[in-house]
Amino acid sequence: MDLFDILLSASFWAAAIRIASPLIFATLGELICERAGVLNLGIEGIMVAGAFAGWIAVWAGLPLWGGVAVAMLTGMMLGLVHSILSVPFGLSQHVVGIGLTLLATSLTFYTYRVVLPEVSSPPKITAFQPYEIPLLSDLPLVGPALFSQTPLTYAGFILAALTALVLYRTPLGLAVRAAGENPAAVAAQGLSVTAIRMGAVIVGSGFMAVGGAFLTLSAFDSFFFDMVNGRGWICIALVVFGAWKPGKAVMGAILFAAFDALQIRLQQTGIGAVVPYQVFLMLPYFLSILALVVMSRRAEIPAALMVPFNKGER
Amino acid sequence: MNNTTKAQVVLRLQGITKRFGPVTANEGVSFDLHRGEVIALLGENGAGKTTLMNILFGQYTADEGSVELFGQTLPPGAPRAALDAGVGMVHQHFTLADNLTVWENIVLGVDPLTAPRLKPAQAKARIRALSDQFHLKVDPNAKVGRLTVGERQRVEILKALYRDAKILILDEPTAVLTPQEAEALFATLREAIATGLSVIFISHKLHEVMAISHRVVVLRHGKLAAERATNQTNREDLAALMVGTEVSAPSIETAAPGAPLLSLRRVTTPDQGAAPGLKSLNLELAAGQIIGLAGVSGNGQAALSDLLSGLITPASGEMQLNGTEVQRWTPRTAIAKGIARIPEDRHKTGTIADFDLTENAILETYASRFSRRGWMNWAKARAFTKDLINTYDVRCPGPDIRIRLLSGGNMQKLILGRVLEEAPQIILANQPVRGLDIGAVNYVHGALAKARDRGAAVLLISEDLDEIMQLSDVIHVISEGRLSPGFGRGTMRPEDLGAWMAGHGFDAGAPNAA
Amino acid sequence: MRLEPIAAPSPARRIVPPLLALLATFAVATLLALIAGGYPFAVFGLIVKGAFGSKFALLETLNSATPLIFTGLAIAVAFRAKLWNIGAEAQLYAGAVLTVVLGTGALGLPAYLMLPLCAIAAMFAGATLLLGPALLKTRLGVDEVVTTLLFNFIFLLFVSYLLEGPLKDPMGMGWPKSARLLPEARLPRLVEGLRLHWGFGLALIAALLVWVINTRTTLGYEMRAVGQNAEAAGFAGIPVTKVILKTALLSGGLAGLAGFSEVSGLKGALTLDLSPGFGYTGIVVAMLALLHPLGVVVAALFVAAIFVGADSMSRAAGVPSYIADIMLASALLFMVLAILLTKFRVRRD
Repeated sequence: MDLFDILLSASFWAAAIRIASPLIFATLGELICERAGVLNLGIEGIMVAGAFAGWIAVWAGLPLWGGVAVAMLTGMMLGLVHSILSVPFGLSQHVVGIGLTLLATSLTFYTYRVVLPEVSSPPKITAFQPYEIPLLSDLPLVGPALFSQTPLTYAGFILAALTALVLYRTPLGLAVRAAGENPAAVAAQGLSVTAIRMGAVIVGSGFMAVGGAFLTLSAFDSFFFDMVNGRGWICIALVVFGAWKPGKAVMGAILFAAFDALQIRLQQTGIGAVVPYQVFLMLPYFLSILALVVMSRRAEIPAALMVPFNKGER
Repeated sequence: MNNTTKAQVVLRLQGITKRFGPVTANEGVSFDLHRGEVIALLGENGAGKTTLMNILFGQYTADEGSVELFGQTLPPGAPRAALDAGVGMVHQHFTLADNLTVWENIVLGVDPLTAPRLKPAQAKARIRALSDQFHLKVDPNAKVGRLTVGERQRVEILKALYRDAKILILDEPTAVLTPQEAEALFATLREAIATGLSVIFISHKLHEVMAISHRVVVLRHGKLAAERATNQTNREDLAALMVGTEVSAPSIETAAPGAPLLSLRRVTTPDQGAAPGLKSLNLELAAGQIIGLAGVSGNGQAALSDLLSGLITPASGEMQLNGTEVQRWTPRTAIAKGIARIPEDRHKTGTIADFDLTENAILETYASRFSRRGWMNWAKARAFTKDLINTYDVRCPGPDIRIRLLSGGNMQKLILGRVLEEAPQIILANQPVRGLDIGAVNYVHGALAKARDRGAAVLLISEDLDEIMQLSDVIHVISEGRLSPGFGRGTMRPEDLGAWMAGHGFDAGAPNAA
Repeated sequence: MRLEPIAAPSPARRIVPPLLALLATFAVATLLALIAGGYPFAVFGLIVKGAFGSKFALLETLNSATPLIFTGLAIAVAFRAKLWNIGAEAQLYAGAVLTVVLGTGALGLPAYLMLPLCAIAAMFAGATLLLGPALLKTRLGVDEVVTTLLFNFIFLLFVSYLLEGPLKDPMGMGWPKSARLLPEARLPRLVEGLRLHWGFGLALIAALLVWVINTRTTLGYEMRAVGQNAEAAGFAGIPVTKVILKTALLSGGLAGLAGFSEVSGLKGALTLDLSPGFGYTGIVVAMLALLHPLGVVVAALFVAAIFVGADSMSRAAGVPSYIADIMLASALLFMVLAILLTKFRVRRD
């Protein structure tokens, strides 16, 4: 199978979309936070917590969508912690984010051991199954690639559209965008910068957690300790790559996932026999760094990103 | 307009007192504002004007007293209440988001955040109507980041008018305008008060206060020092009220130029975002002179200042120091060549807030004077700082406290001492007295004049035309990166300089004399 | 709500918030211990006993603190200059890799040169690894947090490749493990008969050296100036880019030494589980130490004690040892908040 065959196969694109789905949720979450002016480095830990919370809730008997809701709530709780420290108290967003990732990850592992003390391998659940959208799924190539995914993937795309709509077409979105650019402008118009930023971090963190839950509820059917494996950090690169715009960020996630799907397939070809598998596994991380470097010249970064707002301070 | 006493009271401040810890920012301030009236709120920096306005706006809660708008008492600590009651404020530092368009900035926060969607067409139509009515020309679809300072101010005023403001508060609005633009602003304000708007005009420029206001309220040390009808007072009277005692500014005589110390020939530097670079600029700084650089902010002052500071190098053209061409130009070489730099922003550029006075005092000279082979000599540094504190009258508990705790004036004295101790040949003073009280202003001006008298060349950059005209032996005007010819002291009226500031005269092919 | 700087904080202001932060950390741990069905006092008792209860336990704690002192210093140095090095994990492995390459006799070094050259090579490896992200930051403005984090994943994969390929131990029976170091490449014990290696001594010396650099040298002054206000530092003529790069070299070098010390002093060979996250835990150590190099030693001992103690407690009381990680993460968050409250007053208006 050569490269051309791979790129023209529906199964390849279906895999790309599947790999992109958790990234889409988490990237949107990070994008919302950053648009409001807060860099959320808690993303990696929030995704771990979301993956676990959603899965354990379903394992305990909740329906799948219930698991998604539990994950979202877990993420929002962690987002609340982040936002209290980073917004009204204005603490270093680097330190708070790294601290939250450490906290969320260790809390998750602790809870896992408490809830499942004796197991050697984690129990499985019945995950989301692909749903073929009538008519659309019959289209050649795009049908199986795009329209035979699990409902959670569809939800990701709907969420992306909704995020763009809210950001660009509503007074709320306008306030969020202004808060990330010049919080003083928001305060001068009688709005609370604190409330807007905290709200953005809480909601954004909820989305990140759903991104994590996608791994346990849709991509796989169980929870492993290192399953998030740096995806959160990759999402931060994707936000930069997408120039802080939801549409571009989703395209970036798909492009990125396509490369990931490609490297998995290339491992099974003749190249895979020559090149060590670790090189393939490194590719996503290298791509992320490359994305950051390529985009570094663009000046589209929210001007007040990482700048705390303390009213009355000059 | 003499019927102010009969007109309806729209705003009543009563016994406003506000303390920050041991500091009393406002004490028992009371006054009324009537419909269609312009009140000038006059006072030095630190007199409590900004705090008072922040209380009116609900950003701070007053410890005592009340704010009444249209007969209704404002609930304390409700930032929206004043806005909703029809008070609009144009801040000195604009509160606009650069990545948003004009119309987006204007409608921000007008509809509740729960509203389902923005209505761009409606908003833009309304903005265009208001622009026409009040002669505030601006394109609603333009990104704010691309606007000039004057245009941004128009957006700020439109923001208030869009919300149907009945009371407009303008905080030092002419600081960023040419005299001509200021005149246009006054025309807009006269238009507005004719429709029943009331205005509070915060300023320390007496001639403007006399020109636009009906009444003057003077604040001093947080207290209401006086309240006068404008037509029953004069500039001298107001100046005395503002400062409390008669303060005489140092009188500065013109001096004859000495040898040229620094000369720029056809120097061009790249633009920095919206701020223009220098455009083929010729300038000569001669020993024993104060050269004033007038101009509206954002017209290339930053580029010239960065150039002399060593932060940027010319893209083309020649730069000579004492007749020799400059090589490898960095802040360190600039300092080594005897250029003293007083930066525009003493908090962000001039000092490191959490460093103590010693660490700040040696910031430019630690490598050359206070260390050997990479080892610091802290004892020497501390002794030097103690001397500096005494010589330059820096009021502080000692050299070991963080500079963050000093007042602006004392901070500026330390910076002055830091650079003047090196006996510099050239002094770059960028907005050296911004935000200082009159005592500190006089101290800084006196120090600059003294340095000139011992033969230094001083480049004074300021947006305050009065300051430029008072101090300079020669005045240049900068506009969009181009430099006017030099004008001798007393040869130009403010209006004439204003025309140059607005960009007139450059195209006439005037020789760019140095 | 508004934060107002306090001009001259009273002694109580300086002490009470950090104490409350520690208290809050223990409150969290108590709650978690209860949830897991443990008796809090018994759990804490077992942690203390596990960390200090015997000579063996104490030495174990000191050995565990050693790499944390190095990574804690690496991060304290970098954070002081606002260089957000989150890649100490990778830098540690880089140091370990070069130590193994030299220490297994690749260059046939004479015995007396072996240890110094291994240490220098390890520092060189760690420094080089951080230089990339630092250059991306100074040249292109790429945020170093994300690049150093991503480098951790990349470098661990690289180590995995090395251990399955070029560095694989031919006697390793298929395990991804390097050959053992030559005896002359092993750090001797600090005191004969006690299971504590010279890495600990080196760590203490490193802490002292960093402290001297910080307080007595121009480089220390420059690093602090750049970290506090890069714009003012640059305006005053401090070569900001150079200082950041020097900081990166120092920070990466210290993290590389952690790898050298672990391989040469403790393990004797390189495996993929050489570090259980010393690079990340170093962040907690550095923050708890308020970025002070001598404080790093104390904080590293505290953190190591909790880890060692929790391990032994977990076996005895059945409370998962992850409680240690939670305590440290929450201590970090509570502490940064507490430090803020020693300098600022919260006002409602």
